[in-house]
Amino acid sequence: MKKIIALLTLTLLISTNLFAQQEVEMADKMREDGKIWVVVAVIAVVLAGIIGYLVLLDRKISKIEKGL
Amino acid sequence: MRKTWWKIVCVVLLFYTIIQGLIGTIPRQPILNETLRNVYFHVPLWFGMMTLMIASAWFAIKYLRGGNIQHDEYSAEFANTAMLYGVLGFATGAVWGNYTWGDPLPKDPKLIAVEVGLLIYAAYFILRSSFEDEQKRGRLSAVYNIFAFAAFMPLVWILPRLTDSLHPGNGGNPAFGKYDMDNRVRLVFYPAIIGWTLLGVWITSLRIRVRIIKRLKTEQF
Repeated sequence: MKKIIALLTLTLLISTNLFAQQEVEMADKMREDGKIWVVVAVIAVVLAGIIGYLVLLDRKISKIEKGL
Repeated sequence: MRKTWWKIVCVVLLFYTIIQGLIGTIPRQPILNETLRNVYFHVPLWFGMMTLMIASAWFAIKYLRGGNIQHDEYSAEFANTAMLYGVLGFATGAVWGNYTWGDPLPKDPKLIAVEVGLLIYAAYFILRSSFEDEQKRGRLSAVYNIFAFAAFMPLVWILPRLTDSLHPGNGGNPAFGKYDMDNRVRLVFYPAIIGWTLLGVWITSLRIRVRIIKRLKTEQF
């Protein structure tokens, strides 16, 4: 009985070990110290620029509409 | 600015999408790795395009029922932005596919269907530009718009499911949520769809207003 339990725990250990080996590569390093926030900020600036442009365009069109 | 509240919603959702979409945690998937985040930027473009196409067909039907030229303008501009979103969705998909499927344009039924569908919509604009008479153009292009819509939806939604596709949820039952998404992803994905769609509607509304101004100007003189 003890042998079986020992064998079971061993297989379980091995399987968890295998599971750990299958770890999927992600940008963990980048998130730790890779300044990912800088990228987020840059993309946010781009989006802000596009939105600002749309707002200006919207206002301009409103002005023309009033003049009609 | 006219009717600002939904534009503010759009801006807030898009900033949320970008910040949470890049910083938030996502499930660890082999091959996909961090590119799973493209789900927040590539897929909403297609959802937005579909919504714009529905609006376009809706206004085409409205034009046919009432004959109001403004509905024809709405229909045309919604189709215009839908095309823009379609081309952007295609381009982003090609970049994504290049790094995950190993080919920017694999022979995938969904890709081919979308190519055909976008060409059908491209013909809509050619048809529009080939008429001088306003009413004739409005009527014929509205009828064609409904046809294009009725051809596009089964092409993209049904046909790829009948065969095998690289796209998740195709080739069998739509099970997109089963293996790619979890609730953390959905928390960004759904707002992203609304945000990008609203941005498309905003751009469309600007184009419509410019068009109406142009028409009123030519009617004045």
